[in-house]
Amino acid sequence: MPQLQSLKNNSFRITFPGKPLAVRAALARMMEQLTALQLSDGDRGNIELVLAEAMNNIVEHAYIGKPNGTVELQIMPTNNGLVCHLRDEGQPMPEGKAPTGSPVLLDCETEELPEGGFGWFLIRDMAHDLNYTRISGKNLLSFRISLDQAELPQN
Amino acid sequence: MQLETTPRDDALVVTVMMERIDAAIAIQFKDDLRAATENGPPRVVLDLSHVDFLDSSGLGAVVAAMKLLAPEQKLELAGLGTNVEKVFRLTRMDSVFTIHSTVDAAFDGIAQAS
Repeated sequence: MPQLQSLKNNSFRITFPGKPLAVRAALARMMEQLTALQLSDGDRGNIELVLAEAMNNIVEHAYIGKPNGTVELQIMPTNNGLVCHLRDEGQPMPEGKAPTGSPVLLDCETEELPEGGFGWFLIRDMAHDLNYTRISGKNLLSFRISLDQAELPQN
Repeated sequence: MQLETTPRDDALVVTVMMERIDAAIAIQFKDDLRAATENGPPRVVLDLSHVDFLDSSGLGAVVAAMKLLAPEQKLELAGLGTNVEKVFRLTRMDSVFTIHSTVDAAFDGIAQAS
């Protein structure tokens, strides 16, 4: 089950096991915590999608064959949007870089249509200031999600 | 997995009775949708109106299920909510599927193909 730690200024941290159902639970916990910010439905949809893609990637790639990994998500509301940090101890990204997320090609026969490769495209499309670093055996992925409203309520 | 199948006119309506099609359920969803449409009529309308959230794994499962249909079968989509529609639009998968605003619209002859 996800563990939630509240930080100052509506920031919070969620720690959860690197498994698909734990990602779902962590997203639910995150969305519940974000209700305090009174975001638009559109913003909430964008946030949940980008975080789902980034967290699923960790489970499916970084932690492949490693069932006991832990993922840490930190969310910081700022006046420029939601700053998100994800940390895991899994495999590094290929060639030490976050994938470019090229759009998948759909100009093909039905049987040739791609069934994957959409995740990084969606992240790159919807997130800003994306940065990936590998430090001391940990993956650190940061990005910012813009919000409709300029001012966020501060505690 | 909750898929409800309803014959309508010459088609089969498959209603997804879940709020999420995500990475945790994607493979099972694909398998169940295949089972639900096997030996079915040529036209299959997938009702997504109960689905609030679809991620790229869910999108991949819908595409995979379409590819697993018999050659004479066609999968159409109906009732996409805002979040679901966005994933299809951003990935341009909305150009691959015939998409109806509602299931009823799918049978009105006013297909909103995009």
